[in-house]
Amino acid sequence: MKKDLNEQLDTVVKLYQDGGITRRDFVKYLGIAGAAAGLVGGPFGLLTRSARAAKSIRFDSWGGTTSEALRKYAFEPFTKATGIEVVDAAFTGMDAYLTQVKASYPPGGEFNLAHLSAVFDYARYIGLGFGVVLDESKIPNLKNVMKPMKDALRQLSDGNLSAVPYDLGQTGIAYNTKHISKDKAEKLGASLLWDKALKDKLGSWGADYRTNMWYAALHTGQSPNNITDLDAVWDALAEQRDLMKKYWESGSELMSLLANEEIYATVAWSGRVAALQQQGHSIGYLAPEGTYSWMEYIFVLKGTDLEVAQKLLNFMLEPDAAIAVAKGQNYPPSLDPTKVKMPPEVQKLPAFDPTGQLKGYLFAKPDYWNSHQVEWTEKWDRIRAGA
Amino acid sequence: MESKPWKPAALLAPAVSAVIFLLVIPVCFIVVYSFWLRAPSGADIPAFQFGNYAKFFEDFFYPSLLIRTIRVSLETVLLCLVMGYIPAYFFYRTESRIKPFLLILVMLPFWISFIIRTLSWINILGDTGLINHVLMKIGLLDNPLSMLYNEGAVLMGLIQYLLPFMILNIYVSLEGIDKNLLEAARSLGCTEWQAFREVTLPLSLPGVSAGCLLVFVLTSGTYLPPMILGGPGNDMIANLIFKRVVGTLDWPFGSAISTILLLLLGVIVYTYNRYLGINQIFKSLQ
Repeated sequence: MKKDLNEQLDTVVKLYQDGGITRRDFVKYLGIAGAAAGLVGGPFGLLTRSARAAKSIRFDSWGGTTSEALRKYAFEPFTKATGIEVVDAAFTGMDAYLTQVKASYPPGGEFNLAHLSAVFDYARYIGLGFGVVLDESKIPNLKNVMKPMKDALRQLSDGNLSAVPYDLGQTGIAYNTKHISKDKAEKLGASLLWDKALKDKLGSWGADYRTNMWYAALHTGQSPNNITDLDAVWDALAEQRDLMKKYWESGSELMSLLANEEIYATVAWSGRVAALQQQGHSIGYLAPEGTYSWMEYIFVLKGTDLEVAQKLLNFMLEPDAAIAVAKGQNYPPSLDPTKVKMPPEVQKLPAFDPTGQLKGYLFAKPDYWNSHQVEWTEKWDRIRAGA
Repeated sequence: MESKPWKPAALLAPAVSAVIFLLVIPVCFIVVYSFWLRAPSGADIPAFQFGNYAKFFEDFFYPSLLIRTIRVSLETVLLCLVMGYIPAYFFYRTESRIKPFLLILVMLPFWISFIIRTLSWINILGDTGLINHVLMKIGLLDNPLSMLYNEGAVLMGLIQYLLPFMILNIYVSLEGIDKNLLEAARSLGCTEWQAFREVTLPLSLPGVSAGCLLVFVLTSGTYLPPMILGGPGNDMIANLIFKRVVGTLDWPFGSAISTILLLLLGVIVYTYNRYLGINQIFKSLQ
């Protein structure tokens, strides 16, 4: 029935464009169609979305330089080549975006593609039933993507893909080189974040229990993906809290705290550190053994026009576009450097792996972390609050 | 002219509909959600159980955040009252021609985004902010004073947000006092201070209480100043709600906390209305 209504609307629009009906009649038909849509029911915007679906696709990303790079090197050429508009939107954070997706109607149906981060979130989207099965034959550039990255996603969605890996990053340690020497940072490793000499000059990502537990595990000599002495981790985090100046909530806040020297050391996203270094700030980057690595991917949400989505994904994985985006956001692309030649700027980025094998990169195990999410988040909130 | 009994209802219909659709129904949804369960994936499971409420009260961590919220709200009310009464009294007594201009200054912060106003304190109170920069430049300090990311900074952020509400409430109340009463008190032998204490202050109390209620309610539900200006341990109950709803997708538990906060504020507003009358707030908002 929806299709019939769309076809009828298309016919009316075409007649109007061809001069077949007068403006008055056109408005009248639209009014009748609107009233019909109202009577038929359906949430606000459903009809509009379906009417626009074929000519546009929504893409949610991180905003800022990432979105600028995507717009310039992927979306605009794509629109030029296909006539399909990419509606570019920015989300405030992964959790906030998932909340929006969950609240949309039908759940997930309001959104199309999203530039998401971390494999455990891929598992959450799949678990909530927001995934699709991509036809990989329609995305030929997928062959250039590093195999370990594709495999990490496949194993969570029955061997299929609901997303294409897009870039690679790390949450390492950023430190102010004016106040902390490279030798000291490398000697202390993860324990730099527990250095009492840095009391009231330390920061951490307050919203993420995983990052904090990850580094507490490294500090206490444990494997982050298999913490055997949980009490030691909580004790370490409670001890660290007394040294903290600020638990930051966003990438821009992280950069502001480091740039203004409010804090001298913190866990930090590798791309943000690279951006600060490019701006001339005295910030060093430390990736101790067991550094928290993660990948970003373009997730396709249930209800999306797969033909259009796959076309766009293939466009985005074109080496020129992927490398340009990588330079824009300071994260190496998912393309295998043994198959696609990378420029020197990309090779210098933190987390770049020239082998394409990602050996030695430690990613968070989705089942391990997701199964404890509520319990550990609540415990982390408690520690953070000093309870 | 013959009155039409349907007319008031028709005139009220848009506003009442807006309140029902945009406030009452969403709040009802929140209450319903508070009885649901959360699946490990983050999906919601319809149910009718009180586990989320039990979880809140069984663990002192959650009530302690509520207590902190009430304490910070009371501190904000007290500080706003002290800082707000003086300018309100000045506006009441002054005959200056620039009085309207001064009143506009009070409302000026409303023209600037609350987030921008809150963020601007970072540049003032930060280690490399204006105050520390000046103090170190003139040699009064060797190391910066730590003024940011603590409860003091949160209170500062709350005061800059809420002070205008207090000033305007008190001012409206003061404006309603007949100045002849003060003259009468003075002619009967009162000093200026006695006249204030015996006449002005008691008569301005409805405005004071309205301002206090408004500031208290708004503080209890705010989460931006603690998030932006607070340090470890400065979170309030609204921050917890945000984390539960957005961070862990635990809508049922987040809804239960919201409902508890709603009930607490409802009791406070009801008590206020019972003894002082809610209409005092509307006067100042007109």
